[in-house]
Amino acid sequence: MKKTKQLFASATLASLGLQSAHADYTLNLMQGVTKVSNDVYDLHMLILWVCVIIGIAVFGTMFYSMYHHRKSRGHKAANFHENTTVEIIWTIIPTIILVAMAIPATKTMIELDGVQNSDMSIKVTGKQWYWDYEYLGAGVHFESHLDAVSERVHRDGSDPHGVPHYLLNVDRPLVVPVGKKIRFVFTSVDVIHSWWVPDLGWKKDANPGFINEAWTQVDKAGTYRGQCTELCGRDHGFMPIVVVAMEQPDYDNWVKITLEKQNEKPDLSDLSREQLMANGAAVYLKNCVSCHQIDGVGAPGDYPALRGSAKVNAGIDPLIGFVQAGTSKMPSFAKLKDNELAAVLTYIRNAPELGNKVGDEIQPKAITPVYDDE
Amino acid sequence: MSVVTAEHGHDHHDDHAHGPEKGWLRWIVTTNHKDIGTLYLFFALAMFFVGGTMAMIIRAELFEPGMQFVDPKFFNSMTTMHALVMIFGAVMPAFVGLANWMVPMMIGAPDMALPRMNNMSFWLLVAGILLLASTLFMEGGAPAGGWTLYPPLVLQTGKALPFAIFSVHLLGISSILGAINIVATILNMRAPAMSLMKMPMFVWTWLITGFLLIAIMPVFAGAVTMLLTDKFFHTSFFDAAGGGDPVLYQHIFWFFGHPEVYVMILPTFGVASTIIPVFARKPLFGYSSMVYATAAIAFLAFVVWAHHMFTVGMPISGELYFMYATMLIAVPTGVKIFNWTATMWKGAMTFETPMLFSIAFVVLFTLGGFTGLMMSIAPADFQYHDTYFIVAHFHYTLVPASIFMLMGAGYYWLPKWTGHMYNEKVGQLHFWLSAISVNILFFPQHFLGLAGMPRRIPDYAIQFSDWNMISSIGGFIFGASQLLFLWVVIDTIKGGTGEKVTDEVWEDAHKHGLEWTLPSPVPYHTFSTPPTMIPSDHR
Amino acid sequence: MSTSNTTYYIPHRATWPVLATAGLLTTLVGFANYLNGSSIGSTLMIAGLAILVVMLAGWFTLQATESESGMYNHGVGVSYRMGMMWFIFSEIMFFAVFFGTLWYTRNLSVPWLGGEGAKLATKEILWPAFNAVWPTNGPANVGGHFEPMGAFGLPLLNTLLLLTSGVTCTWAHHGLIAKNRKQLIQGLIATVALGFAFVLCQAFEYHEAYTEMGLTLGSGIYGSTFFMLTGFHGFHVCVGAIILSVVLFRSAKGHFTPENHFAFEAAAWYWHFVDVVWLGLFIFVYLM
Repeated sequence: MKKTKQLFASATLASLGLQSAHADYTLNLMQGVTKVSNDVYDLHMLILWVCVIIGIAVFGTMFYSMYHHRKSRGHKAANFHENTTVEIIWTIIPTIILVAMAIPATKTMIELDGVQNSDMSIKVTGKQWYWDYEYLGAGVHFESHLDAVSERVHRDGSDPHGVPHYLLNVDRPLVVPVGKKIRFVFTSVDVIHSWWVPDLGWKKDANPGFINEAWTQVDKAGTYRGQCTELCGRDHGFMPIVVVAMEQPDYDNWVKITLEKQNEKPDLSDLSREQLMANGAAVYLKNCVSCHQIDGVGAPGDYPALRGSAKVNAGIDPLIGFVQAGTSKMPSFAKLKDNELAAVLTYIRNAPELGNKVGDEIQPKAITPVYDDE
Repeated sequence: MSVVTAEHGHDHHDDHAHGPEKGWLRWIVTTNHKDIGTLYLFFALAMFFVGGTMAMIIRAELFEPGMQFVDPKFFNSMTTMHALVMIFGAVMPAFVGLANWMVPMMIGAPDMALPRMNNMSFWLLVAGILLLASTLFMEGGAPAGGWTLYPPLVLQTGKALPFAIFSVHLLGISSILGAINIVATILNMRAPAMSLMKMPMFVWTWLITGFLLIAIMPVFAGAVTMLLTDKFFHTSFFDAAGGGDPVLYQHIFWFFGHPEVYVMILPTFGVASTIIPVFARKPLFGYSSMVYATAAIAFLAFVVWAHHMFTVGMPISGELYFMYATMLIAVPTGVKIFNWTATMWKGAMTFETPMLFSIAFVVLFTLGGFTGLMMSIAPADFQYHDTYFIVAHFHYTLVPASIFMLMGAGYYWLPKWTGHMYNEKVGQLHFWLSAISVNILFFPQHFLGLAGMPRRIPDYAIQFSDWNMISSIGGFIFGASQLLFLWVVIDTIKGGTGEKVTDEVWEDAHKHGLEWTLPSPVPYHTFSTPPTMIPSDHR
Repeated sequence: MSTSNTTYYIPHRATWPVLATAGLLTTLVGFANYLNGSSIGSTLMIAGLAILVVMLAGWFTLQATESESGMYNHGVGVSYRMGMMWFIFSEIMFFAVFFGTLWYTRNLSVPWLGGEGAKLATKEILWPAFNAVWPTNGPANVGGHFEPMGAFGLPLLNTLLLLTSGVTCTWAHHGLIAKNRKQLIQGLIATVALGFAFVLCQAFEYHEAYTEMGLTLGSGIYGSTFFMLTGFHGFHVCVGAIILSVVLFRSAKGHFTPENHFAFEAAAWYWHFVDVVWLGLFIFVYLM
């Protein structure tokens, strides 16, 4: 079935003189990798076929009539204008079809709702514009941003062909074990986002101040990709989701390594200017670029420019405090470790692409804590 | 009738001797339903091209993956403004324009019930759209949070926010006053022989649409008022920290929004029910069931709103209720489609441009209806929601449905309005180009949505490239084809084919509507005395 | 149908509607500029309001003159009545939004924030300290401590004032029908006076809320719904009282007959509508 569809897809595209750019091209809904996603797929196919059959009947009648009951063929108009029997029939039959549809739909709906008896919980927080994942009770907590290559390509407007998983790749994917019932709790710290991985079979909004719940149980190890689906501002199109499902032992191992890394103290030793600038560029691309833009010009009316900014180009100490504490307009970046902060400050003060040239370098040790890390 | 009024009735006849005012002032101070109808229609046509230009910008950016032309924020402004301009500036005013022109003539009334208010409705519309358009040039840009204006996102809008909100207020007042006028005209101004169940379907659909508008526009106004106070006066309606809920806005918005989409489709049904019988040379099939179906759809419109919000995290009981109620809409909608088909059945059809648009409407609206039925299945909507599948769905119900029927209505009544025949060849060319390109434009969007492309994104993954390119090509052809319509309208006003049209224009049209018993072009004032007979097909 | 089209009055030219639009547009552009902190805002707003006042005076005078000279037949009167009815219906829908908001927040969002129903996790994870009891300013204690407005005292007095004004309005109507001009005028004076007394009490109540009770628009959802509902209603009382004043002025000039007094009826309907809304407010905002 899937084969034929792909064949059909590529044939259609080929006939239009275009090449299918991607091997997993689908014309239809994905079946996904969970029981729920398969149930949803079955519902989708059922209602699709119901529509196709009704469509053939109605359009068939209409086109038959348009061909045979034409004035140019000398057809004389009849004069009937009502028939209670047929009108009752075509009111009742659709009603029966609908009731028949409602039964499986209700079953799946109840199944989707059943978050109880889960094996683990993950808190998903939507932020402008990335996702924050916290494994409740397990201590794993990290951010998941659009990967650096996609980020750079969409920002400088270069050709994205050839970028692996363009806009559907992240720096740190959400890792889950297969065969376990996972409960998700969704919230947001700013605007409404929506978390959608088509292969899991559903999406759920992340509302600020409230928790929404959903669950999944992935049956097959693999990498599954999705995107934010509720308009959340400027970079709504650039906050993808990647879920990697692993066998339990691999997952346990991943948790162990992740926790170790998470608890490591940052390396605060001095770095060369090149290293500072390179690290700073990476931090900038992940944390600053959405507002201040790739060339540091900001967005008039929304976000100030860094290019030529007095604050950026003046003394370093107020700048450190400013970035760590945030303002009414800018969130606090206390989450940046001292070495990250040092690098990004060096970068914004000296990057030619931002048009600033203070000529200094800030070493991690120079960062005076306004807030402690974590 | 009292003696006093009879005496002044004489003055009133003097009034009727008045032609239009001389010069441009005529269009500012007019109270004539035909003048105001013309103003509405031209304004709507202009806004159709403004909103269309925004659509072209969107399709150009989406032509290929990667960011080529616009900034993501501006892209969001374009999707937001495209929707607002098309809904409030093009489709709704166009139908009000048609109602202004046709309702008095169809029911045998001398004018609208409240002519001064009629003038005000139009100018408030212009003021509202001006206010909205002005936001494009403001610091921080036009609203970019989607036409639904969901908080908290919309509260991040810059200087444009209060202007956009007040624009909604003005558009709301305009629509309410316009709707009150149409309802009062229909209920109070009919020719003596025209009982409610003898009214043309277009009049019926507008009566019901009028009720919808009066009920929902204040709801939208209330919702945006709370946005205003949340932003500027420290209230917490949509902020959980203060005990409010951002989802509350969505409930209020869609309580307005769902009937609102029927405001755009019910008069469309009315136009189709007007045109199809004329070219099938047969009375409309199932008139009374058409009326009841329209009323049923309007009623259901008020109790299904949260199917736009299946993923916001409602309790399961809410999800199920809104799913069942939404599925029910398929029944009366089906009745309408079956009735149109039965009207064509065993007719003697000809296929002039208005009929072509009507047939395309029935077929393509039905496609949009099918996807609507699919989306009513809540668990399936968990996949469809906020993807291009939705974009395809509502564009099928708006473009080849509402807009096609507006075009069809234009071709159908232009000869009556102007006294000239439009160019049938160009009309047919316009139809075929539009009908083919609209499918190239929107059909692939079903595939994109099912394959996982979210809506309202300025850039996309590589696997969505092909269908986006095809869709954009369809969009460009569709956009360009509409210039033909503009040409036809201007050409017809200037004399058209040069052929003088008869009073009834279309064969035996006098059986189908009072307007065809009037001279072509229609005089400035009509039915100063009400007609005593009504057309034979009104039963 | 008694409408006779031959005598249905159709004005052939109208200048007030365009001026009304200009006035509204100027006012709103001014208000928007004011909200954005622009200095021309308030000036524009005042200019717009001035245009609106001139427009209303002119348009009302025109309608009154036309009506008094008998240019409106029965059909025109029916159209006006329908217009007013449907306008009031749209106002009901407007108020329904704010009543709906009160209902939703009290019965759904606040309990959800307190962990009720399927939203237990909302309390556990986000607002563990929140005790969802109405009246509330939300889990973040927005706006600080406040006292809720009691029902007995000024609000009860206001209820009595408005109910009495409904009675005096009807009494005036009876006077009009019985051709008792004195009763008409006295009734209207009483109604308008009671209306303004209501507004005065309301102003006093607001003053007390802001200065002594810590209750402001910023007091979370309780303050938001309280001031939105009562404020929007108070605005309608003002409008109703102004319309009644116009009707009073016209009555004093000898306008209206027992058969032809649409303006009076419209004003009275509006007043009763405002009255009924207040009863809803008194029950749902103050009592419950």
